[in-house]
Amino acid sequence: MKLSRKYLLAAAAGALLASPALAAERGADGQVNILYWQAPSTQNPYLSGGTKDIESSSLVLEPLANYDPAGEMLPTLAVEIPTLDNGGVSEDLTSITWKLKQGVVWSDGTPFTAADVVFSAEYCLHPEGGCNATPKFADVTSVEAIDDHTVKITFGVAKPFPYGPFVGNDSPIIQKAQFESCIGAKAPECTTENFGPIGTGPFMVKDFKANDTIQYVMNETYREEGKPHFSSVLFKGGGDAAAAARSVLETGEFDYAWNLQVEPEILSQMESAGKGKVIAAFGPSVERLMINKTNPDPALGDERGTVKHPHPFLTDAKVVRALSLAIEREILVEAGYGAAGKVTCNVLPAPNAYASTNNDWCKTQDVEQAKALLDEAGWNDTDGDGVREKDGVKLSVIYQTSTNSVRQGTQALIKQMWAEIGVETELKNISASVFFGGDQSSPDTFQKFFADIEMYTNNFNGTDPEAYMGSWTCKQIPSPENQWVANNMPRYCNAEYDALVAKYAITAEPAERQAIAKKLNDMLMEDGAIVPLIHRGRVAAHSNALGGVDMTAWDSEIHNIENWYRVK
Amino acid sequence: MFRYTIRRLLFAIPTLLVISFIIFALLDLAPGDPTSQLPINIPAEVRQKIREALGLGEPFYVRYGLWMQQFFVNEPLNILEQWFGVTIGDSENRLRVLSWSTRSPVVDLIVERMPQTLWVVGMAYVVGIAIALPVGVISAYRQYSIFDQAGTFITMIGFSIPPFFSGVLVIVIFSVNLGWFPSIYDTTHVVTDWDSFLKQINQMILPVMVLALQITAQLTRFMRASMLDNLNQDYVRTARAKGMSEQAVVLLHVLRNSMIPVITVIALAVPSIFGGAIITEQIFKVNGIGALLIGGIEAGDLPLVQTLTFIFAVLIVLFNLVADILYGILDPRIRYD
Amino acid sequence: MTEQVTARAVAGGEAAEMGAHRSLWRDVWLQYRTHTGAVVGTFVFLFIVLGVIIGPFFHTTDPTYIDYRAKNTLHMFSCFYFSVPEAVENAGAWTTWSCFTDPAGFAELTAKRVKVSWTHPLGTDNYGRDTLAQLMAGGRVSLAVGVTAMALSIVLGALIGVLSGFFRWLDGPLMRLTDLFLALPILPLLLVMIMLFRETLRAAFGPEEGIFILVVSAIGITSWMQTARIVRGDVLSIKEREFVLAARSIGTRQHRIIGRHIFPNVLSPVMVSATLGLASAIITESALSFLGLGFPSDFPTWGRLLIDGRDFMDITPSRVIWPGLAISLTVLSVNYMGDGLRDALDPRIRGR
Repeated sequence: MKLSRKYLLAAAAGALLASPALAAERGADGQVNILYWQAPSTQNPYLSGGTKDIESSSLVLEPLANYDPAGEMLPTLAVEIPTLDNGGVSEDLTSITWKLKQGVVWSDGTPFTAADVVFSAEYCLHPEGGCNATPKFADVTSVEAIDDHTVKITFGVAKPFPYGPFVGNDSPIIQKAQFESCIGAKAPECTTENFGPIGTGPFMVKDFKANDTIQYVMNETYREEGKPHFSSVLFKGGGDAAAAARSVLETGEFDYAWNLQVEPEILSQMESAGKGKVIAAFGPSVERLMINKTNPDPALGDERGTVKHPHPFLTDAKVVRALSLAIEREILVEAGYGAAGKVTCNVLPAPNAYASTNNDWCKTQDVEQAKALLDEAGWNDTDGDGVREKDGVKLSVIYQTSTNSVRQGTQALIKQMWAEIGVETELKNISASVFFGGDQSSPDTFQKFFADIEMYTNNFNGTDPEAYMGSWTCKQIPSPENQWVANNMPRYCNAEYDALVAKYAITAEPAERQAIAKKLNDMLMEDGAIVPLIHRGRVAAHSNALGGVDMTAWDSEIHNIENWYRVK
Repeated sequence: MFRYTIRRLLFAIPTLLVISFIIFALLDLAPGDPTSQLPINIPAEVRQKIREALGLGEPFYVRYGLWMQQFFVNEPLNILEQWFGVTIGDSENRLRVLSWSTRSPVVDLIVERMPQTLWVVGMAYVVGIAIALPVGVISAYRQYSIFDQAGTFITMIGFSIPPFFSGVLVIVIFSVNLGWFPSIYDTTHVVTDWDSFLKQINQMILPVMVLALQITAQLTRFMRASMLDNLNQDYVRTARAKGMSEQAVVLLHVLRNSMIPVITVIALAVPSIFGGAIITEQIFKVNGIGALLIGGIEAGDLPLVQTLTFIFAVLIVLFNLVADILYGILDPRIRYD
Repeated sequence: MTEQVTARAVAGGEAAEMGAHRSLWRDVWLQYRTHTGAVVGTFVFLFIVLGVIIGPFFHTTDPTYIDYRAKNTLHMFSCFYFSVPEAVENAGAWTTWSCFTDPAGFAELTAKRVKVSWTHPLGTDNYGRDTLAQLMAGGRVSLAVGVTAMALSIVLGALIGVLSGFFRWLDGPLMRLTDLFLALPILPLLLVMIMLFRETLRAAFGPEEGIFILVVSAIGITSWMQTARIVRGDVLSIKEREFVLAARSIGTRQHRIIGRHIFPNVLSPVMVSATLGLASAIITESALSFLGLGFPSDFPTWGRLLIDGRDFMDITPSRVIWPGLAISLTVLSVNYMGDGLRDALDPRIRGR
């Protein structure tokens, strides 16, 4: 039997820190306090409002497999990860068969079986349910129980990466008996069920106050002996990131705080109080500049920001390259991100096997070369106002992003760096709920992109970037025809790219898939559709009295809470 | 006065209907979206599906009608059922006003959050009023005394320092450096005995202090100004001339006549107790009604914001009526009929 | 008929008599000058206004310029309260004076613990932008927004309050309108306003002026209600007083009654509202920028500086001390000016 790596790691950490003996009684360490400054609004991740809900519910609900900090899969409710080699994945790549652990019970004492897994898929795939994990179930044609502990998932097409459904805490298994009457249009009405799902995880919901506080108690029927170490969890929400950091690092009221996007000097100042530590983990998140290839001029009316009107200068890859070269990314990292950021030149910086090295020219600022590129492209400052122009068009851009103090700092820094090469910048920041919302009537959404350049962070689920790299094909361009509902913000359109994406979907060999993904990444950089800035990590803080934290950026970052213990 | 009250109450119904419509239209027009807080890697098509599942595909008037039915018919019926333990009609399939972000009944959310809002915001108003009235009266009576000068100085400084700053300041001083009070309000705390009551007081002190400073500042200024206006009136001289005690002159005559602006401010304040205090609640993580409202706005949770705002509107209309009636009691010369 | 004529004659005579000896406004000014608080307030306010207008001619640093290497510089006042670490102190002679004369050397001496520089006398923020320059640039915006929005809200509030208190037939509709505005959720309202008007105003007036108009009107139209309710309450009471009855009985026209008898008597709550309104307008503006609804992020205002600086309270206290002081001093000085004006305008006090 293969011992789970998670288990081994925890055991190693335990031995190293002389922590609780593995035979210690379940729940011996009392209460642990966790602070998420965005409060969870539901415990049903299929109907969730975001990361906060998925992560808090990961204490209760479990998927078949999780991702560890390195981005590798670990079986959770499954016995092992099905692969081609062990016969779990069919030769034609159209089905995957999961073997479930024996003897697992729900917290109400009933056995966990394949029927629950089948039901969870039905629940999410119901067309009226409004389930947000449907992308994970893409191309699934059937989910069937072979026997009580075997589930077969069949896909309509060959799936080189069949680990979408039930891998990761955003698509866990829910109990059939509990949710049977909550399927489809009934889903949102089942408040009791959505607030208190019965799970197989280490904890159970005792009291749920939406958008405020959740109290959990340990699950007495949890399958691992002597775990969890804590008998209860207080999961509090509210406030802002700086205040959350303060409550762990300075006042010590809480044991763990999540998502601390705060200026680095504030964090290190707080850390110096000696009550806790700041930790970071890197996934695929990249803060990037999206370059609008279409003309956002309001004078164009309804045809504004559509492919009918190419952008007057950002379509020129040389101009974009100059803009990229003029940015000193080290400073952006130092000023706004600290340990939570790394300089990157790729929109696909992780997992490591997928990271290209062809764009590393952008890592060092080169103002002279940037200027030379602009000169070469015919942009000169003829009227001496410090801004370059060509054929009566000024090299002047509107640069938008969501409201957030670190983003505004980055904007200011970049504005000044661009001023040095003769590019004028007007900054605009938009409330996040509007910017990331898809409201048809608002001109300020990131899909409509009525600006020249916009900045935000994106990433992808799991460790396979196929769907992510497919975002920048021609048919994904947002336009009035598709109600701006599409994912190719830069409106990048390149037949060669589209062809490569099509090839990606039918390639199975891992090394080849990695090569294609790198090539796609390089094409986006060379054609100046995206200017990556910072590879962003997740930052959290935990108190010195909390041990066993093993943060991951690929899954719920508190995925191993059953191994957390009190340092005495 | 009675007829006036009845007339105003009847007139309040169409007013509130109009207000509810305008609020609904405004919220519908406002940009913002229930899917804006989903992880950004969820594709646009899925977001569109979620929106449709929430009923956003329906036209505006259908959604408004639905809300009206849920709020004015289904919710009251539900309350009746809960109070009397009876079943009226088809209560299984009767839809209550459901919040989009939590998928739970909005009224339950509000009920859940009332305790901390009343404890913190309500207490801040009580403290604020209890300090402001005497300070205002004394400041006016002893105009330009040291007491008045100091009071003016402190209240104006207090008013000009916004809670987003004073909140963090008191946390740094009292929670981080001195460690006297918690910086995070525990909403799960239940008062059962003396010790738990002390703990409740302990965790309330900082937010109440920050809020009460603002309220005191405002009320003191109005109280003082109004008292000053009245202290120089002829009737005061008359009252003194006929030998009334100074105390009686000030507290019976001047104070009563000075109360009109103060009553107005307090009447406007009562609904805002319900409305909570958005910034202060956020800083101390009190998570009361104010936090519920701002969270709802950020999450584009239209039913939640609509219901909260409408209840707020009802309270405003009601308490402005109370203020108008109080004017008539304080100054019998005011007639509305 | 005759009554009217006499009344007018009497009134005219009075005015003529006053004009002959001393004008009303001269009287007010004389009284105002004797009010110490008002005089000090006026000087402080003028100092702040002049400071933010003329200041940039002396301290020419661009408020948005990022001097990254100078980030998190402390203000020069920190020379007074920082001491050199023990080890260094033994190495050489050190005085507070040397911190002022040679800040760079002093920074070296304290191993960068006291980073000060005369280039940035009030320090810098975490990107290296000059606090003094930002304070002056921010002051121009904050004062302009504060005064304009406050004036707008006071004029609206007083007008609606007086009208609905005085004319019974207007009372119902105007007060229901007030109820509506009180009930409207401010944030969605602003989002709608910005969505509808930002582009139009930006096109018509430019990015900065456009957003200025938007912010000022947003604050103005969402803050007049309290003033209106207070003024109306007072008017309801005052219009039943004997002197108003007397004015009515001699046939004074309604606009004269409002202008000469009602309005001066509600001036003091209006004055208080104005003072409080100035502070709230400055703060509301910062809350708007904080939410991404106000000025662009590279456009400093006092409130914004305070918000941005609050988490740096421990690292660079100068970032909150100075904007906080500026807002408080402005509000205090306006408050004292209001007090003085109120006393000066009250004929019962003026005679004393």
